[in-house]
Amino acid sequence: MTALLSIDGISKRFRGLAAVSRVSFNVQQGDIFAVIGPNGAGKTTLFNMIAGALPPDEGSITFAGTRTEGLRSDQIARLGVGRTFQLVRPFPALTVEDNVIIGALMQTKTVRDAETIARDTMARLDLFDKRAQIASSLTLPDRKRLEVARALATGPKLLLLDEVMAGLRPTETDRIVATLRDLNRGGLTILLIEHVMRAVTALASRILVLHHGAAIAEGNPEQVLRDPAVVESYLGAESL
Amino acid sequence: MSDIWQRLPTRGKILCLAALAAAIAAPLAADRYLLSVLILVFYFAYLGQAWNLLMGFAGQLSLGHALYLGLGAYTATALWTLFGIGPWVGVFIAIPVAAAAGMIVGWLGWRFAIEGVYFALLTIAFAEFTRIGFDHLQITGASAGLFLSVNSPGSDKWWNLGGGPLLYYYLALILAAAATLLVAWLRRSPLGYRWLAVREDPEAAQAAGINIFRAKMIAMLISASMTAVGGVFYGFYYRNLFPSQVFDIGRSIEIIMAPIIGGLGTVFGPLVGAILLTPLGESLTALMQHFGINTPGAKSIFYGLTLMVIITLQPSGVWPWLARKLGLDRPRA
Repeated sequence: MTALLSIDGISKRFRGLAAVSRVSFNVQQGDIFAVIGPNGAGKTTLFNMIAGALPPDEGSITFAGTRTEGLRSDQIARLGVGRTFQLVRPFPALTVEDNVIIGALMQTKTVRDAETIARDTMARLDLFDKRAQIASSLTLPDRKRLEVARALATGPKLLLLDEVMAGLRPTETDRIVATLRDLNRGGLTILLIEHVMRAVTALASRILVLHHGAAIAEGNPEQVLRDPAVVESYLGAESL
Repeated sequence: MSDIWQRLPTRGKILCLAALAAAIAAPLAADRYLLSVLILVFYFAYLGQAWNLLMGFAGQLSLGHALYLGLGAYTATALWTLFGIGPWVGVFIAIPVAAAAGMIVGWLGWRFAIEGVYFALLTIAFAEFTRIGFDHLQITGASAGLFLSVNSPGSDKWWNLGGGPLLYYYLALILAAAATLLVAWLRRSPLGYRWLAVREDPEAAQAAGINIFRAKMIAMLISASMTAVGGVFYGFYYRNLFPSQVFDIGRSIEIIMAPIIGGLGTVFGPLVGAILLTPLGESLTALMQHFGINTPGAKSIFYGLTLMVIITLQPSGVWPWLARKLGLDRPRA
């Protein structure tokens, strides 16, 4: 079976500093794939290369059979990659509903259909009652959910989540975890970057650990989280 | 189209119809002077709608819309004076000319990631060197100006945009009403949503699959085309054109005042802004003439002061505040 997302030896340097060096991995259809690692490990850089916000210096990215390195982020989005931003970026002056409609317009040509999709998506993420609110007036957890809703409304095959749990209370984390698991059961493949281990262990079917831009471990959660190298470099202090 | 109408609250429907009826009946009550002021109100409302599409919706600041106004005006009037081609045909040549200029400005700016204030400077630069070009273009009278003869055959016929104030009044009214309708429809279209996304956050818009370059180019295309139509009106209404006037930056600023005062990115803002601002500006001119004061630039100072007051009191413009007061901003169900 070919992978939905296949990363082969990608690297990115910023002024000589290797943010990501020769990282390779595959995300299978139906996976919840977590990328973890300490701050500065290159997670967000890796993520931005997959989403097309940054071009890799070398290596290849194949999504659903299409080479995507060098494509613009809107082209990659149209191939079926939805993303959220680590620092949430909903369209601030627009209502929750308009935010989600904009996402939905990627998969339909009419506003009427987009409204239907938006309503379903908002209901799914507990935003329906807040649909008339201006995005900038939402609380952080709601903005994070809106960010997920907008990405989801585009109808992605792969959802990229950049630290959506950060800054949330444990109960809120559990709610998003439940929603994501639900979406995954519906067939959605998810790639997430996460610091909140509570969410990672609850969700991930596979984990990749980055350290100083290099992959130091990959596998299923039980293997990876017991790996001595991982424990030493990352989990050490805050070990489970 | 019917969708837009249904979305209006009942009070809004009544208000819209009443305003339209009043505008249609206005010539019955208005004298010649008042009519000339109303012509300017609708003219600026129309141009404000055109500019607001680009700035208020797509978030791209143009301070050089005089370029498209001037190109529209010069193209149609030159076709008429030189070749006897009437404005109803001329307008369809004026539109592509101005649209092409808009495409060049947009392409140069956005292809090379010139954003915000720098993009605004680019738009000013294009208007300025076009002005200098027309100052030396002999075929359109260079800096001495282009005049529409009142004596040439057919020039007083309505189909050649010649005639009395009534003709210009209703023409300006139709332009303003049609532009408002077009903007209202675009706002609820997929394109309108894309523009808002680009305005709010280009990077996030791109992540939602929007080709931001294309969205901005389409906004420019429509905005420049609409402005060119306003230019044709300008040329045939004033019947004389000077590069130093029509391409002037003051002309560009004049265009953007109504939407800023009325409310950027709102459908009714340009209309409300023009209704407030134009009569004020015109009364100021009349008052100064009455007292024999001749201070060039007084109108600009007046506009500047008005802008400061409005921005201080209602930073998002008069219309959002007015809509709240009138109870027209009920969130749609």
